[in-house]
Amino acid sequence: MQIELIINEEQHRIEIDPDALLIDVIRQCGYTGTKRGCDTTNCGLCTVWIDGLPMLSCSFLAVRAQGKKITTIEGVQEEAAVFGSFLASEGGEQCGFCSPGFIMNVLALKRDHSDASEEEINRYLVGNLCRCTGYQSQLRAIRKYLEA
Amino acid sequence: MRQIGKGIKKIDSSAIVEGKALYTLDLTDQKALIVKVLRSPHASAKIIAIDKSRALSVPGIVGIYTYEDVPQHRFTLAGQSYPEPSPYDRLILENRVRFVGDSVAIIAAKTKKAAQKAMRMIKVEYEVLEPLLDPKKSLDHEILVHDEEDIHFNLPQEVQKYNAKRNLLGQIDEHFGEDVDEVLASLPHVVEGAYETQAAQQCMMETFRSYSYLDMQGRLVVISSTQVPFHIKRQLARALQISTSRIRVIKPRVGGGFGAKQTSVTEIYCAFVTLKTGLPALCMYDRKESFASGNTRHAMSMRVRMGADEEGLIRAIKIDALSDQGAYGEHCWTTLGLVGEKTLPLYNKTKASAFHGKVVYTNKELAGAYRGYGATQGCFAVESLVDDLASVLQLDPVEFRQRNIVKEGEKTASYGKRILSCKLEECIIKGKEMIGWDEKFPCKDMGDGRIRSVGMAITMQGSGIAHIDMSTVNIKLNEGGDYTLFMSPTDVGTGADTILLQMAAEELNTDMDHIITVIADTDLTPYDPGSYASSGTYVTGNAVIHACRDIKHKILEKAAALRDVPVENLELHNEEIIDKVSGEKIELRMISEALSAGPEGETLFGFGSFGSKTSPPPFMAGFVEIELNTWTGKVDLIDFVAVVDCGTIINENLATVQVEGGIAQGIGYALYEDVKFSEKGKLMSNSFMQYKIPTRQDVGTIRVAFEKSFEPSGPFGAKSIGEIVINTPAPAIGNAIFHATGKRFTSLPITPEDVLLALHEG
Repeated sequence: MQIELIINEEQHRIEIDPDALLIDVIRQCGYTGTKRGCDTTNCGLCTVWIDGLPMLSCSFLAVRAQGKKITTIEGVQEEAAVFGSFLASEGGEQCGFCSPGFIMNVLALKRDHSDASEEEINRYLVGNLCRCTGYQSQLRAIRKYLEA
Repeated sequence: MRQIGKGIKKIDSSAIVEGKALYTLDLTDQKALIVKVLRSPHASAKIIAIDKSRALSVPGIVGIYTYEDVPQHRFTLAGQSYPEPSPYDRLILENRVRFVGDSVAIIAAKTKKAAQKAMRMIKVEYEVLEPLLDPKKSLDHEILVHDEEDIHFNLPQEVQKYNAKRNLLGQIDEHFGEDVDEVLASLPHVVEGAYETQAAQQCMMETFRSYSYLDMQGRLVVISSTQVPFHIKRQLARALQISTSRIRVIKPRVGGGFGAKQTSVTEIYCAFVTLKTGLPALCMYDRKESFASGNTRHAMSMRVRMGADEEGLIRAIKIDALSDQGAYGEHCWTTLGLVGEKTLPLYNKTKASAFHGKVVYTNKELAGAYRGYGATQGCFAVESLVDDLASVLQLDPVEFRQRNIVKEGEKTASYGKRILSCKLEECIIKGKEMIGWDEKFPCKDMGDGRIRSVGMAITMQGSGIAHIDMSTVNIKLNEGGDYTLFMSPTDVGTGADTILLQMAAEELNTDMDHIITVIADTDLTPYDPGSYASSGTYVTGNAVIHACRDIKHKILEKAAALRDVPVENLELHNEEIIDKVSGEKIELRMISEALSAGPEGETLFGFGSFGSKTSPPPFMAGFVEIELNTWTGKVDLIDFVAVVDCGTIINENLATVQVEGGIAQGIGYALYEDVKFSEKGKLMSNSFMQYKIPTRQDVGTIRVAFEKSFEPSGPFGAKSIGEIVINTPAPAIGNAIFHATGKRFTSLPITPEDVLLALHEG
């Protein structure tokens, strides 16, 4: 079947299987920043924005995104670079495989809850797993980013 | 120092945070064949027949391969230097399966759906056999996990003491000083404990995957998410029975490893398909497959006896360990060895010590390498028992350790290690102060059933593998006066590439952006076994320094000849050569340009190799404050203080994050993570739903400090940091629970159920 997606403000008309997941369609369209880390909606690596809201693209049928505005890490390069610089200054990107999904959620946090406390930050981002950092450097970077 | 010790950003950080195409899947041709592996549902079975005729008729299927289609030379997938101390006990496919998740058939298809459909249509007739699942029953059991005649061990039998006909992969018997049993019998205070540590999963965020294709010369190219590209090249050559000269392995950015990728997992399947079909192929495991058919930490059973004299000095320690290897022998014997080697030398007042260990096969997912590599298991056992002994002696456990630990300049009574750098005591003192030990030990009742308590543990690791690891690094002076550094560390996110570049820039007295890096490509970069065994900073780092010194010397010689001055007068500074006598300066670019033309032309290369006879240990002390809820049994992390002596710190930020990450992983191992098998050997914990790694709400605050020693054999005085940091959380938390409740937990993970049950026992 054919669907139309708006990915990072670009129109895509794509032939998909009815059961195709959004993450796979996004990647097929060349937006390979979005990663898959699990099959059970636990890790948060595949987080993108759908009409501005952070969603797990691994459990979102592509067909449901018909006509919706999808934003991936490729669509927020400037903001990602700004926060990314705070993150990298703490050494907190490490392997980076969780970074795109994590950063999509951090940018949404800044947009919607820029005065979040440490506890609120941890609660907001609890679905973004990271195995490298132990989360402390990420938290330091987020606090500096929110204050900036 | 211009570069060393600075908190420099990783050289790949911008590309990483902006989500650029850097990882194996990002680099894969979208038209690559999808390779899937049909898995055994049985823990032990013989394959009687495989009917793939219907499956082959599925549209989009390119090939289905079974044991009849593969070469018949056994190999190991352990990423270790040749001759590997892991048995050659596997084939790509075999008519015998040895664990639930073992490979039965390889399917190559144009789409994932076609592969999945075909997989369901392959009919396999099994003769199901009784599996051997309990490692304690494995030795001399009538069931043999490997009864094949062509199993091969590289090391002499008298060294590794294996006997596949007994399910025995190796045995270690080491003793130091006097007779340990006699000394124990003579001591007034002797304690004993039996410990069980579980298998655990590395859980790197990027699951196992690799992509292969043939290049313009028909050579096999494998892009792999791996820690060991050179070992994979050798393994593939043997497994596929092709020449090493036909294989190129490239490591791109890798989404974490933690040792899991020191064993190759997917490479043989896609490489086999590419050779069979001539087509690009991708083999990527989903999370469930990564859990079930990857590799785990070795589960171990350990019994420790330890005795002290009236002065509170530990005079004897004896460890007996049994390690569960699972169905294939990757990293069997070497992991076992670290149980003793990274625990016994810490306590240096011993008159006698001994380590005895065996590692045995079972019909379960294989164990492999995981950060800590045996030291983690040993640390839990020994550090738990040291606390018990302190309790018996009515001594503060911190002070008790201080009395007994190894000091700088000593030779260890166990294993005879010369300790040239050690600030362990300083680590303990600082950690004790940071956690507020004196105010908080042993515990404080917070009301409402909550108890806060503190616990601690110490540990050591190594820096590379003595006598085995070596690294070669080359550096080239380019025509424009900049450099290209050719090296093969396998940065899997740690920042190894960055810190090695920092070292090169420091040694050449230049800026990092004057050095181009070419990294970890077996066609282009010199041999390095890969970044494992905490070798990146120490082993590859020393090779970087040797290479840089070599090219510096060659540059100065050229300049001296050109200017007709003694080479001793010259010094390389920034991009200039300075004559210290005349004060004259020559631009480096003038030299490099002069060398890039005419009959006198020459490209200068610096060569550096480094292999070490020693593996200088980093040391650390881990302190934890917990809050234990006696109504629910739940243990919450309040504060973890880690104080580390890793010698000179090359990059403060990256070192700090290594510590924080390792502590969090260790907390998971202590409290949450458990690899569970069913009664029939099926892995039950095969997703993040069952296998719980810590989230950011589970780890509390982790604080890191360093006590810097100077390791004379290390690059700029540095030692390793990558592995040591996972060891202390389990015993420190166990000790804190002991201080809160008086209950000693001897098996991991320590769950709320365990705590509650123990509290109700009274």
